[in-house]
Amino acid sequence: MRRRGLHALLQLASVAVPPPLWARPFTASAPCAAAAAGGPRLFRKLLVANRGEIAVRVMRTAKRLGIPTVAVYSSADAAAVHARFADEAVCIGPPPSTASYLNAEAILEAVRKTGADAVHPGYGFLSENAAFAKAVEGAGAAWVGPPEFAVEKMGDKVESKKFAAAATVNTIPGWAGVTRDAEHALEVATDIGFPVMIKASAGGGGKGMRVAWDERQLREGYELATQEAASAFGDSRMLIEKFIEHPRHVEIQVLGDKHGNVVYFPERECSIQRRNQKVIEEAPSPLVTPEMRQAMGEQAVALCKAVGYHSAGTVEFLANPQRQFYFLEMNTRLQVEHPITEAITGQDLVEHMLRVAAGERLSITQDQLLHFSGWAMECRVYAEDPARGFLPSIGRLQHYQEPQGPGVRCDSGVQEGSEISMYYDPMISKLVTHGPDRAGALAGMRAALDRYVIRGVQHNAPLLRSVLDVPEFVAGNISTAFLKEHYPTPEASAPDSLPLTPGQEDQLLALTAMLWVGRQQRLAGGGTLQDEVQLVLTMGGHGGRQVPLTVRPADPRFLPSPSPSSGGGARAAAAGSGAGQGLEVQLPHRILYVRDAGGSTAQLVRAEVDGAPVSLQVLASGPRQLKLQHCGAHRLVQVDTPLSASLQRHMPPPQVEDYSKTIRSPMPGTLVSVHVRPGQRVSAGDEVAVVEAMKMRNVLRCELEGVVAGVEAAAGAVVGADQVIVRFK
Amino acid sequence: MLLHVGKALPGLTATLPVTWAAATRLATRWMSTADPMTQRHDMEDLPPYASNPKWERVQAAKAEALLGGGAQRVAKQHAKGKLTARERLQVLFDPRSFREAGGLVQHRCHDFGMEAQRYFGDGVVTGSGTVFGRPVFAFSQDFTVAGGSLSESHAAKICRLMDRAVAAGAPVVGLNDSGGARIQEGVMSLAGYAEVFQRNVDASGVIPQLSLVMGPCAGGAVYSPALTDFTFMVRHSSYMFLTGPEVVRGVTMEEVTQEQLGGAATHTTKSGVAHGAFDNELDALSGMRELLSFLPLSNRGALPRTPCSDPAGRMCPFLDYVVPSNELEAYDMLAVVQQVVDEGHVFEIMRDYAQNIITGFARLDGRTVGVVANQPAVLAGCLDIDASVKAARFVRFCDAFNIPLLTFVDVPGFLPGTAQEYGGIIRHGAKLLYAYAEATVPKLTVITRKGYGGAYDVMSSKHLRGDINLSWPTGQIAVMGSKGAVEILFRGHPDIKAAEADYEEKFNNPFQAAKVGYIDDVILPRLTRQRLCAELETLAGKEVWRPQRKHGNMPL
Repeated sequence: MRRRGLHALLQLASVAVPPPLWARPFTASAPCAAAAAGGPRLFRKLLVANRGEIAVRVMRTAKRLGIPTVAVYSSADAAAVHARFADEAVCIGPPPSTASYLNAEAILEAVRKTGADAVHPGYGFLSENAAFAKAVEGAGAAWVGPPEFAVEKMGDKVESKKFAAAATVNTIPGWAGVTRDAEHALEVATDIGFPVMIKASAGGGGKGMRVAWDERQLREGYELATQEAASAFGDSRMLIEKFIEHPRHVEIQVLGDKHGNVVYFPERECSIQRRNQKVIEEAPSPLVTPEMRQAMGEQAVALCKAVGYHSAGTVEFLANPQRQFYFLEMNTRLQVEHPITEAITGQDLVEHMLRVAAGERLSITQDQLLHFSGWAMECRVYAEDPARGFLPSIGRLQHYQEPQGPGVRCDSGVQEGSEISMYYDPMISKLVTHGPDRAGALAGMRAALDRYVIRGVQHNAPLLRSVLDVPEFVAGNISTAFLKEHYPTPEASAPDSLPLTPGQEDQLLALTAMLWVGRQQRLAGGGTLQDEVQLVLTMGGHGGRQVPLTVRPADPRFLPSPSPSSGGGARAAAAGSGAGQGLEVQLPHRILYVRDAGGSTAQLVRAEVDGAPVSLQVLASGPRQLKLQHCGAHRLVQVDTPLSASLQRHMPPPQVEDYSKTIRSPMPGTLVSVHVRPGQRVSAGDEVAVVEAMKMRNVLRCELEGVVAGVEAAAGAVVGADQVIVRFK
Repeated sequence: MLLHVGKALPGLTATLPVTWAAATRLATRWMSTADPMTQRHDMEDLPPYASNPKWERVQAAKAEALLGGGAQRVAKQHAKGKLTARERLQVLFDPRSFREAGGLVQHRCHDFGMEAQRYFGDGVVTGSGTVFGRPVFAFSQDFTVAGGSLSESHAAKICRLMDRAVAAGAPVVGLNDSGGARIQEGVMSLAGYAEVFQRNVDASGVIPQLSLVMGPCAGGAVYSPALTDFTFMVRHSSYMFLTGPEVVRGVTMEEVTQEQLGGAATHTTKSGVAHGAFDNELDALSGMRELLSFLPLSNRGALPRTPCSDPAGRMCPFLDYVVPSNELEAYDMLAVVQQVVDEGHVFEIMRDYAQNIITGFARLDGRTVGVVANQPAVLAGCLDIDASVKAARFVRFCDAFNIPLLTFVDVPGFLPGTAQEYGGIIRHGAKLLYAYAEATVPKLTVITRKGYGGAYDVMSSKHLRGDINLSWPTGQIAVMGSKGAVEILFRGHPDIKAAEADYEEKFNNPFQAAKVGYIDDVILPRLTRQRLCAELETLAGKEVWRPQRKHGNMPL
C-alpha cells in the first residue's frame, strides 16, 4: 500500500517536473517533437549502406520509427554488430572496402533484392558520391541525403568557394587563381595583408606550404614552396591566401527540406584535431557569441539556398580568436559529430533526414533551435597507438565495457569480442556527454572515459582523458594546433607519460593501497581489515619515489558524507552491492578515505575517495606490482612492506634491453622477407625486412648506418609486436 | 609479561633477539604517540632482570647469530644484489611471523682449523611462520657464513625442519644460496646432502616443496631443488650446474660462462630444470608467496578457497570469436584461459619452456585449479617431448595435492620427425598419458578446436576418466585432419574435393564424439566460465578408490 503510494508520488513528481534535458538518459533515438504524431510509415524498408557505429545509429532511429532495416556487410563483418542489429543483412563482397562498402553495384543489387525503398549512406564510403545517389534513385529507392547538384558543387574545393563567395559567405581572403611569380604573389599578399599562406595548388599533407609574415619571408617561402611542390607533385602552381592565426574549427549544422526551407543549428567546435582529423568536439563553442552564431548560421543557410540544398549538411568555418570566420568547405552528409548537436537541441537528425527524404516539410523552426539546452562534448575513441604516431591498432576487444548513465551516450558498432580490422576506419566509438554547462559536460566526459574499459587493442582513450585536464582546454582556449602543441611527440602522447596532478597521484596511491589490502585480505581468507597496515608504494617501479603510507579501517564516524554533486544515493545503493570496507589511508601529508563502491570488475574499480566517486582501471597485476590507469595516465605501482621497501635499494636495476640498435616488428604479422645478412654494412634508409599484417606490407628500414650483428627471425615466421627482427652491432 | 610487550609494540613480536636498548627506544617512540591512558604499561615494559649473566649470555649468542658472517660479508652480499638469509625470510613470511629454530646450532668439526671458525646457526636459518596467515616452514642458506656451505649440522637443521613440516602438514620453502659441500667435513657433508635428499623424497606428494635458488647451487646440492616440486631462480644472480665452467673446459673443451651453463635463462628455456625466474630477489620472494596461496598445505589439507570478486556467472563473449575461421590460423590460448579464470590471473609454471603447452595455477570461483592448455600459437600446439614432460609433471603435482585439473585442448597431434622419435617421444608422451590416466582429481576438459589422433586421447579425454568433457562448436575430433585422412581413404578418388567435404561434414565438428557420449556437451564459448565453475562445484566431493599397490611404474 505504502509502496504503491510512493510510486504514485514519484510518477506524479516526474510528470510535474520533467528533468532538464541534460539529466535525461539520451540515446540516438530520442524522439523529436513530430515523431509522436504516429501516422503511416515513412518507408517500407531502409537499407543502410554503411557499417559500424553509424550504421547502428541510423538503424536505431529507423527501428524507433517502425521502419524495417537492411544491413550490408563485407565477409569480414559477418559477425559485426551492424549486420546482426538489422532486420535483414546482405553480404556485399570481400573485406576490402573497394570490393564491398564502395561497391555501388553490389549495394544496388542488395536494394533490389530486399525491396528497400530508401537508402541511408551514413558518412564516408558512398555518402558523398553523386553518381551513387543517382543510381539509388534510379533503382527506385529514396536517397536519404542531399541532392546530386549540391553534392557535386560542394565536393569541388574551387567550385564550392565560388558558390560561397557568390552567396556572400565569408571566404578566406586571397587570390582565387594561380599566382604568376613571386612578384605577383607579393602584390597579392600586400593586398590581403600579412601573414599569408603560400599553398601549392596540387598540395596536400603539408608539402609545398609556407607561412610568410613579411616580404622577405614571402620571397624565400615562395621559392622553397615552388621547388617542393614541383618535386612532390610535379606541379608548381601556387595559391596565396590569408593565414589564419590560432585557427579554430567551428561548423554549422544545417537542415533543409525539399520545399526550400533551411534551418541552422547551434555551432559545433571541432578544433581538437590530429592530422586534420577531429578527435574532440563540443557544442556550442566556447568562442562563439550569439551574434557570431547568427552571422555564421545565416551565411550557412544562404549557401544552402544558393545550391538548393536539402537534408542534413555541415558548413565548416575557420575562426580566429577575434571571432572572424571564413568558409572552409561544406560536407554534404551527416557528420560523425552530429550527436552533440542532437544532445543540446533534443532533435534526432537522422529522423529529420528520413522525413525530408520522404518529402515532408521541416517540423522545426529556426527559433526553436536557438533555444538549446546545456553543453555537449564528444570524444572519438579510436583503436590506435598514440605512442606510435597513431598507427591503427588491430585486434579483438578482449574486454569491452561502455560507460552508461544519465547524460552519457556511446555510439558504437562493437561489443566485447568484436574485431577491429585493418580494412576499415579504426574508430571504436563516439562517446558523448551532455551537461547543464561546459563544466558539467566536461566532468561527465572525464568520468565516462575513466570507466570505459577497452582491452585487446591500443586506443586513444587515455590521451583523450588527459586532454580534458589541460588547463587551456578547460578554459576553452584551443586551436587546431592544440594536440601538436601540448603533445608534441609520440612519447608525450603515450599513456605511460601522460601527466597526473599531485592530487590525482595521491588518489592513485590511496586506491592502490585499497586494492592491495583487499587482495591480501582475500588471500588470507577474507574478512575485513582489523589492524593497521603499513605499505610503501613506489610509482614507476625501480628507482621511483617511495611513498610510505598507513592503511587502517576508517572509523565510520569520520567517513566523509558524499558531496551532493556526486549523487548521495550512489553510496547508499552501492552499499547493498558489495561495497567494500571504508579505509583511512594516511599519506605523508594528508589522509584520504577510500572504499570500493561495489560493482567493480577485474578491470574496473569503482571506488570512492573522500566520498566522491572515482573509477580506476587495472591493466595488469603481479605479485608485487599493479599497473593502473587513473585519469588516463598509466602507472606501474610497486607495493612493498616497509621491510621490503628498505631492501629495495639492494636490488639491481631491471635489465632493460637496448632497442636502439635493433629493428623490431611494428605490429603482429608475418615476416615476409629479410634483406640483410649478419656482417652486412647497411646505411640509413636501407630496406631491412618486410612484415605483412592483414595483407598490408610494411617495409622496415634502417634509421642509422651500421653493421648487422644478427637476424633473429626467419622469413615466413610469425612475429609479434615489438619482436626484434634484426640486431646491429 | 614479555609476551604482552610484544603485543603492544609492533616490531617486537619476533622472538629474534632484540636488545633491550632497542626495545626501550621503540617503547619510548610508541609512548610518545600513545594515548596517556595507556601509560599504565610503563611498569610492564621494564626488563625482566636488572642483571642476569645467564640471560645475557643467550642474548650475546643470539646477537652474534644475527650478524651472520659479519658486516663486511653482508655488504658484499648486498653489493651483488642479494639479500641476507634472514632478510629473505622476513620478506617471505607475513610481517613479524617468522620464528627461528636452531639458531644456536654450531658445527662439530675439528679439522683444518674449523674449530676456530664457529658461527651460531652454521650457515642456515631454519624456522617457520605464516604466509597469508597459513603455516609454512622454510630454510634459508646464509652465504655470508662459510659460503653457505653444507655441513653435517647444517644438513641436520634442514632435516629436522622437514621432519617437522611433514608431521605438521605444511609446505617447505628452501632458499638456496650455498657454495656447496663443506669440504673440511668430508663424508659427513655428503651424508648430510643424502639425508636431505631422502627427506625430499619422503615428503614428496605429502607436503608441497618449493625451492628458490638465490645464488650458487652446484654439484650434489642441485639435487635437493631437483627433487622438490618447483624450482625458481633469480635472473643474473643464481646458477645451477653439476660441474662448473672450469671442469667443463677441462673435460669437453667447451668455453662457457656460469650464466650460459646454468643461469636462469638456461634453466627456464633450455633445460627445463627451473619452473620460473624473477628479476630480483624481492620479486622472487613475493612470487613464492603468491604460489603458496594457490596450494593446499599438504595432501591431507583442504584446497584453499579465496573469496572471489569475479562473478562465477561472468560471460566471456570474446571467446565466441577467438577461434579463427581459417583452420590454419593460430590464436593465443593463454588469452582464452585468462578469459575463463578468476580475474584473468594465471600463475604460469615453466612459462618459457615448451611454450606449445601452457601449465599454471589459477582459480575458478575462488578454488585453485591446475590449468593445462595446448598453445596453438606455438608449434601449432603439437605435443612434443618437452611439452609432454612439462605437462606430465604438472598434472602429477596437481593430482598429488588434490588440485582439480582444467584442460583446454587444441592439439593437431604429436610433433613428427626424427629428432622427436630418436629422442623417445613414445616414452615421453606416455608420461603425460600416464599422468592423466592416473589422476583422480576432478578433471574438466574443454576442446576449443582440434583433438586429433593419439594426442586427443592423451589430453584428459573422456576415456582417461575425464569427469566433464566439453567442446565448443568449433571442436574437431578425429583421427587426423581432413586433408591427410582423405588422401588415405580416397586415394585415386575421382572427386577428392567432394570426399574432403564429406569428411569435414562428418568429423570437423564435435557431433560424432557427442553422439557417443565422449563429449558431455557442446557449449557456446561465452558460457565456458559459468559452466566450469558450476561443474567444479559439483565435483568438489569426487573420490576414487584404486586397488592397493606399492606404486605404479610410470614410464620415466
